Amino acid sequence: MSLLQVKNLVVEFPTRRGTLRALDDISFEIAPGEILGVVGESGAGKSLTGAAIIGLLEPPGRVAGGEIVLEGQRIDNLGYEQMRHIRGRRIGAIFQDPLTSLNPLYTVGRQLVETIRTHLPVSHAEARQRAIDLLKDTGIPAAEQRIDHYPHQFSGGMRQRVVIALALAAEPKLIVADEPTTALDVSIQAQIIQLLKRLCRERGAAVMLITHDMGVIAETCDRVAVLYAGRVAEIGPVREVIHQPAHPYTGGLMASIPDMDSDRERLHQIDGAMPRLNAIPPGCAYNPRCLRVFERCLQERPELLPAGATMAACWLHDAADPHRGHAALLAQHERALAHGERAAPDAAQALPEVQP
Amino acid sequence: MNAAVMPNAEAASAAAGDAPLVVAHDLAKTFDVSAPWLNRVLERKPRTLLHAVDGVSFEIERGKTLALVGESGCGKSTVARLLVGLYEPTRGGMHFDGQDAQAAYRSSSGRQLRRRIQMIFQDPYASLNPRWLVEDIIAEPLHEHGILSGKDAMRERVGELLRSVGLSPLDMAKYPHQFSGGQRQRISIARALATAPEFLVCDEPTSALDVSVQAQVLNIMKDLQRERGLTYLFISHNLAVVRHVSDQVGVMYLGRLVERADKAELFARPRHPYTRMLLDAIPQMHAVGRARTPVQGEVPNPLNPPSGCAFHPRCPHANARCSAERPALLQLSGVRVACHAVEEGRI
Amino acid sequence: MKTTLARWFDSDVGYSFRTSPMAIAAAVIAFVCVFSSVFAGWVAPHNPFDLASLDLMDARLPPAWMEGGSTKYLLGTDDQGRDILSAVIYGARISLIVGVVSVLLSVVVGVLLGLLAGFWGGWLDAFLMRLCDVVLSFPAILVALLIAGVGRALFPNAHESLAFGVLIIAIALTGWVQYARTVRGSTLVERSKEYVQAARVMGVPPLRIMLRHVLPNVLGPVLVLATIQVATAIITEATLSFLGVGVPPTSPSLGTLINNGNAVLFSGEWWVLVFPGAMLVLLALSVNLLGDWLRDALNPRLR
Repeated sequence: MSLLQVKNLVVEFPTRRGTLRALDDISFEIAPGEILGVVGESGAGKSLTGAAIIGLLEPPGRVAGGEIVLEGQRIDNLGYEQMRHIRGRRIGAIFQDPLTSLNPLYTVGRQLVETIRTHLPVSHAEARQRAIDLLKDTGIPAAEQRIDHYPHQFSGGMRQRVVIALALAAEPKLIVADEPTTALDVSIQAQIIQLLKRLCRERGAAVMLITHDMGVIAETCDRVAVLYAGRVAEIGPVREVIHQPAHPYTGGLMASIPDMDSDRERLHQIDGAMPRLNAIPPGCAYNPRCLRVFERCLQERPELLPAGATMAACWLHDAADPHRGHAALLAQHERALAHGERAAPDAAQALPEVQP
Repeated sequence: MNAAVMPNAEAASAAAGDAPLVVAHDLAKTFDVSAPWLNRVLERKPRTLLHAVDGVSFEIERGKTLALVGESGCGKSTVARLLVGLYEPTRGGMHFDGQDAQAAYRSSSGRQLRRRIQMIFQDPYASLNPRWLVEDIIAEPLHEHGILSGKDAMRERVGELLRSVGLSPLDMAKYPHQFSGGQRQRISIARALATAPEFLVCDEPTSALDVSVQAQVLNIMKDLQRERGLTYLFISHNLAVVRHVSDQVGVMYLGRLVERADKAELFARPRHPYTRMLLDAIPQMHAVGRARTPVQGEVPNPLNPPSGCAFHPRCPHANARCSAERPALLQLSGVRVACHAVEEGRI
Repeated sequence: MKTTLARWFDSDVGYSFRTSPMAIAAAVIAFVCVFSSVFAGWVAPHNPFDLASLDLMDARLPPAWMEGGSTKYLLGTDDQGRDILSAVIYGARISLIVGVVSVLLSVVVGVLLGLLAGFWGGWLDAFLMRLCDVVLSFPAILVALLIAGVGRALFPNAHESLAFGVLIIAIALTGWVQYARTVRGSTLVERSKEYVQAARVMGVPPLRIMLRHVLPNVLGPVLVLATIQVATAIITEATLSFLGVGVPPTSPSLGTLINNGNAVLFSGEWWVLVFPGAMLVLLALSVNLLGDWLRDALNPRLR
């Protein structure tokens, strides 16, 4: 049984110029103990997904459709008090900026003990001991003294470790981590990612890792969901999504990331930009930028279809569609671009391009 | 047309001969971050000095790109600002095309120099004045240096510049907030190119951009370099991007240059322990599931740097000499490294 | 002009205005007051300063709806036969002129000093901020009284307009501090932004950076403060005139009228005091409400 199920989630923002759909029919699952990466560019809606799950959507944003089910219980329609009990106890959260995630006026120990005692029926002394153990576990030296220090007395990396300790304090089953390493130096990033992986495996906690950094995803996650304009473009095991992307956007994204192994003259670029929320085209949201667009893409919005080892929201993978065979050619074309080679000659003549 | 015609690659290298365009020698910048005078007197605190940059030297040849990499607090942004004249160095200086830049900045010949050196900043949202039209933003350097006169000539030139970065001339009638981050960064590039500079200092120009937008901007920058023979100083913390754009790479740590080498050499055979650890610490997209060996410790407080070699507390090869004596940047088989262990042949 | 007006109307600020009944009401009232003050010659039924038109027989008449009143003098007359309605309209004009001009003066002085302090830093900044502290430690009325008193002592036979000038300067001199402080804070923020650094790299001289780049970006809060301060300035002027050290008695402002009305209040002629007082309240209130709305409308977080 899956730990978290998100079914057809819709998040809307009513504005004076009309209602904006920031998340449009998003569905995915997280199994217990699994690490799911949610990747996408700015505006794709990945932070909003995390916020909706934790129940911290900023008004006027609201969940306008679909369900979020945690361990069999619906949590998107709970009141504030009920959600408060779930937050911390069953879902932990790690945010991007360790500076603002901790209250600067209270010691680290006080914040940890407060979280532990809110959710677990333990005495103050026992909570304090747990807090010290947690700090030790997250690699903070001299935990017995540092537990009484204030956040400003820790460095950036240390603070993020404290935040991780805080998230794990009440032993939740799911951790939502929103860009946990983006604000840190590269060398510290490696430490924090390792720490997160180890602690979650040890405690059997599942992680929803939201980031824009594909390298972190590659290293950490079991599965990954690629978001585009508030929709899921592709979802599947991490190795397959990176090396054999089935959705043209994923392919373009992978090809445009400079990587350490190859030396290319030009990076592959996807022309254009992600559409703004009030200007999403009908049909598939990616159709203005897609190299393999055809008429159906302009009219019908694709559902997630099985495409090899992953699921992709692309009509190229519809078994019944005559255009299907070209998905393979497209994937080949993208891979070739990723390695700086000239595109496979067949790919150029594959389809009559639809001129929008 | 006047001297605003862009020099292309051949003309540039033919004119210059082989001398490097930019020569930085022993650049240093110290900031006084002491508490206010009254506090210092009452609490008997000493003066606190921050050695943001502590003796950095390098050369950049015409038409090439030197990348400076390092983590936070290493001083790379300060080096950028020293080169364009936003800060005055405490020690050392830069020579541009044979001319002493610092002296020029202080005198009236600074204006000429500022036409030839321009800068691109990191934050696309703060680098354009939100109350100005794009046309005025790009035309400002033209006004300032008296390059063109007449509204029509200016408009035409602004349109040309916009086209050269992949935007439409119609965009000049809009405000910055109507553009996305990547487009704003392109407007910044267009503004920097207005005076037909030879040298562009780029301070993390793509760090705030999404990956696919980054690719567009990096491609434009490379195209422009090829067409116009531009020289770049590219500052970044992203080694993968650096690998894509640079010809030479310099690695900085706590205000000092620890290694400088040609790109291929640095990535294939990193010498300095910090460079090795940095390369090892990068998440590799194509090596799925590979565990990295994380770097030990954290970057120390720049206000209180370690004695001797700044990296020695985190270095697995440190010995007694490393904590006592600061290593000099030595040339070893085509690469410059500041490391006792490398010098002594221990690693 | 039409397109900028249309664009403003459709913007967030314009939308906020259209949907806020209080802002619209305040704007209407303020507009009516300003309009009648500017065109007082046409709006007011009589000219209270024309001594020839006064008729002592019409003195002390109550308002038109009361017994003994006459429709010729809608709000009654004072002890010299002056029409209260006209006096109030002309008086509002004086109050508005003094209020607006003194605020304009404080804005110019305050913004300039704030820009200099924020941009230059160092000893100039420290000096100006200490100056602000010193000025703030004096109560505004006291300073105004002092300056007005000194002015009269220095120029005892001065022309009336000098009295106006002294009054305006007195009010302006205490009001500039809040602009200086706000602008200094905003300047410090903007100065570290990259578009300012880009201008410096370009070689733009500091003065031009200050005026063309930084100034447009720091004026937002100034607008709000100025609107609210017009109300304060009007009331300060009224207080000073009430005390007798404000406008010269030949051009009575609302404060002077209130003073006159005060004297005859207990002899039963309440209308001489109440109507000027009501006008003062209306004017100050509407301007204040407009300022409040503007502050909320310009606050990005509340939108």
